[in-house]
Amino acid sequence: MLMVVLRRLVLAICLMGLAAPAWSIAVDTPLDDPVLEARAHAIHKQLRCLVCQNQSIEDSNATLARDLRMLVRERITAGDSDDAAIRFIVVRYGDWVLLRPPVKSGTVLLWFGPALLLILAIIWLVISYRRRRPPLVASTAPLSADEQARLKALLGDGGPT
Amino acid sequence: MTAELGHYALVLALSVALVQATLPLLGAWRGDPGWIGLARPAALVQCLLIVAAFAALMYAYVTSDFSVLNVATNSHSAKPMLYKIAGVWGNHEGSLLLWLLILALFGAAVAVFGGNLPAPFRARVLAVQAMIGVGFLAFVLFTSNPFVRLLPAPLDGRGLNPLLQDPGLAFHPPFLYLGYVGFSMAFSFAVAALIEGRVDAAWARWVRPWTLAAWCFLTLGIAMGAWWAYYELGWGGWWFWDPVENASFMPWLAGTALLHSTIVVEKRDSLKNWTVLLAIVTFSLSLLGTFLVRSGVLTSVHAFATDPTRGVFILAFLIAVIGGSLTLYAVRAPAMKGGGLFAPVSREGGLVLNNLLLSTACATVLLGTLYPLFLDALTGEKITVGPPYFNATFGPLMVPALIAMAVGPMLRWKRGDLLGAVQRLKFAVIATVLALLATLVAAHDGPWLAIPGIALGVWMIAASVEEAAYRLRLFRVPVGESARRLMRSPRSAWGTTFAHAGAGMVIIGIVASSAWQVEKLQVMRQGESLAMGPYEIKFQGAEPIDGPNYSAVRGVFRVSRNGAEIAVLEPESRNYQDPPMETTEAAIRTGWGGDLYAVIGDPTGDGSWSTRFYNKPMIHWIWIGCLMMVFGGLVSLSDRRHRVGAPARRDVPVKAAKTAASMAGK
Repeated sequence: MLMVVLRRLVLAICLMGLAAPAWSIAVDTPLDDPVLEARAHAIHKQLRCLVCQNQSIEDSNATLARDLRMLVRERITAGDSDDAAIRFIVVRYGDWVLLRPPVKSGTVLLWFGPALLLILAIIWLVISYRRRRPPLVASTAPLSADEQARLKALLGDGGPT
Repeated sequence: MTAELGHYALVLALSVALVQATLPLLGAWRGDPGWIGLARPAALVQCLLIVAAFAALMYAYVTSDFSVLNVATNSHSAKPMLYKIAGVWGNHEGSLLLWLLILALFGAAVAVFGGNLPAPFRARVLAVQAMIGVGFLAFVLFTSNPFVRLLPAPLDGRGLNPLLQDPGLAFHPPFLYLGYVGFSMAFSFAVAALIEGRVDAAWARWVRPWTLAAWCFLTLGIAMGAWWAYYELGWGGWWFWDPVENASFMPWLAGTALLHSTIVVEKRDSLKNWTVLLAIVTFSLSLLGTFLVRSGVLTSVHAFATDPTRGVFILAFLIAVIGGSLTLYAVRAPAMKGGGLFAPVSREGGLVLNNLLLSTACATVLLGTLYPLFLDALTGEKITVGPPYFNATFGPLMVPALIAMAVGPMLRWKRGDLLGAVQRLKFAVIATVLALLATLVAAHDGPWLAIPGIALGVWMIAASVEEAAYRLRLFRVPVGESARRLMRSPRSAWGTTFAHAGAGMVIIGIVASSAWQVEKLQVMRQGESLAMGPYEIKFQGAEPIDGPNYSAVRGVFRVSRNGAEIAVLEPESRNYQDPPMETTEAAIRTGWGGDLYAVIGDPTGDGSWSTRFYNKPMIHWIWIGCLMMVFGGLVSLSDRRHRVGAPARRDVPVKAAKTAASMAGK
C-alpha cells in the first residue's frame, strides 16, 4: 500500500497547503443520542472523503472529512432521514461523494457488467465444451443380437467354460 | 561520478537488451546455434549492468549525495539508514529501477537455472524477456532517469514522506514487484510457446514453478501492504478497494487462476489455449497495474496530461505488449488443439469453475477500477466506485468459488462423483453445521451475513483437513500405512491443503474482524478510564519523546481484564520536521482472540487527548492465513518434479515477514 499511503498524502498536502499539517487526529464530539450517533456512523461509511482516495469520511483524518462528519450529525439532529441527509451532501458535492455509485444511465454497464460477463463466459464455456466433445458417451441401449454375437466371438467363443 | 557510472550502465544494459531481444529470436528461427547461444550470456550481462546501476543509485542514497536530483527530492541526511536504503524505491524513478532489477534477475535466473529447457526455446523466452526489458529501460532512460544531477547541490534533501518511513517500505514494494515481475516469466514462456506453436505438459511443468513463485511473492507483498496500512494509517482498516490496491489484486486473481489452469495442462493436456491466454492476461494486468500507479492517471484523468511524455510512452508500451501478444495469440492459438476430454463434474471441471469465477471476479475489479476514468474521459461525469460496489459484486462471485474450492480436490480427474465427494467430506459438513449453529447462538444479534461467513471459513478449513486425512487414509488403515502415505504423497497436494486452509483462515479473519469490531473514540483526561467489551483501559498520561528525525508524544494506557493488567499500550503521535507532517503510530496488542488497537491523537488544549481504541476479533487470522497460503505455495514449489529449475525456492519471504513483524511490533 506504499502508493496508497503516498497518494493519499500527496493529495491531502496539495489540497491543503504544504505548511499546515493536513491531518487532525482528533475525536469528534459524538451526539448524545446513541441511536442517532449510530445512524450518523452508518452514513459516514457511505460518503467519500473528498481529499482522499476512496476513503470514507468515517476513516479519514483529513479536516474536511471531519467537517463533513459534523455536517451529517447536524442534519440528522435536525430531523433528516438517512436518505435526506445523504441527498443534502450529494446536492452540494455531486455523485462523486457517494462510495456506492448510484444506478443510472451512465453506470448501467458498471452495475450489470459483472453479471453480463459471467453469463457470456458460461455461454462461451458451454458452446466450446459442446463443440470440442465428440459423441464419447454413445447410446446406452442394450446390444443388438448382431453385436452380441460379435462380442461373444471376440471374447473367445463359448462364454465361461 | 557514481551516478554517471550508473547512468552509463543503464545505457549499456539497453544496448545489450536490444541484442538479446532480437538475435536469439532470429537464431532460433534460422537454427543458428551461435545466435541461440547468445541469449544466456546476454541475459547475465544485462543483469550485471542493471545491478550496477541499482547499486550506484543506492550508493548515492546511502552517502546522501544531494547533487543527484532524485536523492535531493526524496532523502534527507538525518534519516535512519534503513529508510535511506528503502528510500531508493520510495519514489517513481527508483521504483522503476527496482522493477527493472527484478526483471533482469528473473532473466538471469532462467539463464542460470534453465538448463532443462531446450536451447531454442530458452533463447526465445529470454528474447521476449529482453523485449520487456527494452521497454522499461527506454522508459527509465528517456522519461524517468534517476541519475539526473542537480546543480548547485542543496545542503540537505527534502526528505522522505514520513508515512513511508516504516519497515513496511523496506519489504512491501520489493515483494510486490517480485510478484508482478515474476508473472513476466509466465508471459515470456507463453509467447515463446506461441512462436513455436507448441504447448504441452512439459511446457506447463516449466511454467508452473515460476508462476507459483511469483504468486507466493505477490500474495506476501499484498498481505504486507494490507498489514502496513492496518498499523500505519491509524484507523485499523487494511483494505480500501483503492485503485492502487486493485492494481495489485487483479494480477493476483488472474495469477491464481493461471496457477490452477496450468495443473490441467500439465496433468491432462487440456485447456492449453486458455492457459496461454491467461498467462498473457496476468502479466498484462501486472503491467497495467504498474503503469496505472506510475502514470498518475488514477488520481485524475488530467494528471495523465500534465506529463504527456510519460503518459504517451506508457500507453504506447502497453499497446505494444498487450496488442502484440494478443495478435500473436489470435494467429497461433487456433492451431493448438486441446487433448484430454473430461466430464463437467471432474477435477478438470472444478478447475474450470475456479477459472470462470476468478476471471469474472478479476474482470469485475478491472471494471470497477477503470470505470470512473472512462466515464470521466467520455462524458465528464464524475463518480466514485468504492467498497460498497466491490462488496456487492466481487463478493457474490467469490462465495461459490470458495465453497467449491473445498470440494474440488476430492473430485477425480476425467469424471468425478459430486455426491461421493461431499459424502467423503462428511466431517467437514458436520463441522460447518456446528459452526453455523455456534455462531448463531453466540452472535444472534450480530450482523446476519457474518454467520454464513464464519461457516464458509470453517467449511474451507475442515474440508482441507479432511481431504488430507482422506489422502492418508487416516484411521482407516494402520497408522504405519498412513505414515508411509504421508511420506509418499506429493508435496503439491500438501501445498493445496495448506493454501486452501489458509484461504479459509483469511475468510474467518475478515468476517469476524469486520462484523464484531468494537470501537471507542473518546477524549480522555489523565487518570480517566473507559470500558471496551471485557477490557478496562486507563489513561496513565502522555509524555514527550524524541526520535531520530521527529518529536513525538507517547500515550501510556494500561489495559486490564477482570482487574488484572494484561497489557500496556503506548501509541505515539509523531511530528516529523522534513517534510513537516504528523503521523500516528498505533499500539497494537495481539492476543489469542484478536487485536487491541490504540491511537493517540491531538491534545484538546485543556489537558485531555483524543484517543481511539479498537477491539478487532480474529484479525490476526488474516495475516496468519496469508502466510499459510504462501507456505502452501512454497511446499508445492518444493515438489520433486519442480526441483530442477525452480530457483525461487527459498524461505526468505516468511523470514522477512517475521522481521517486519518484530520491527513493527516495537
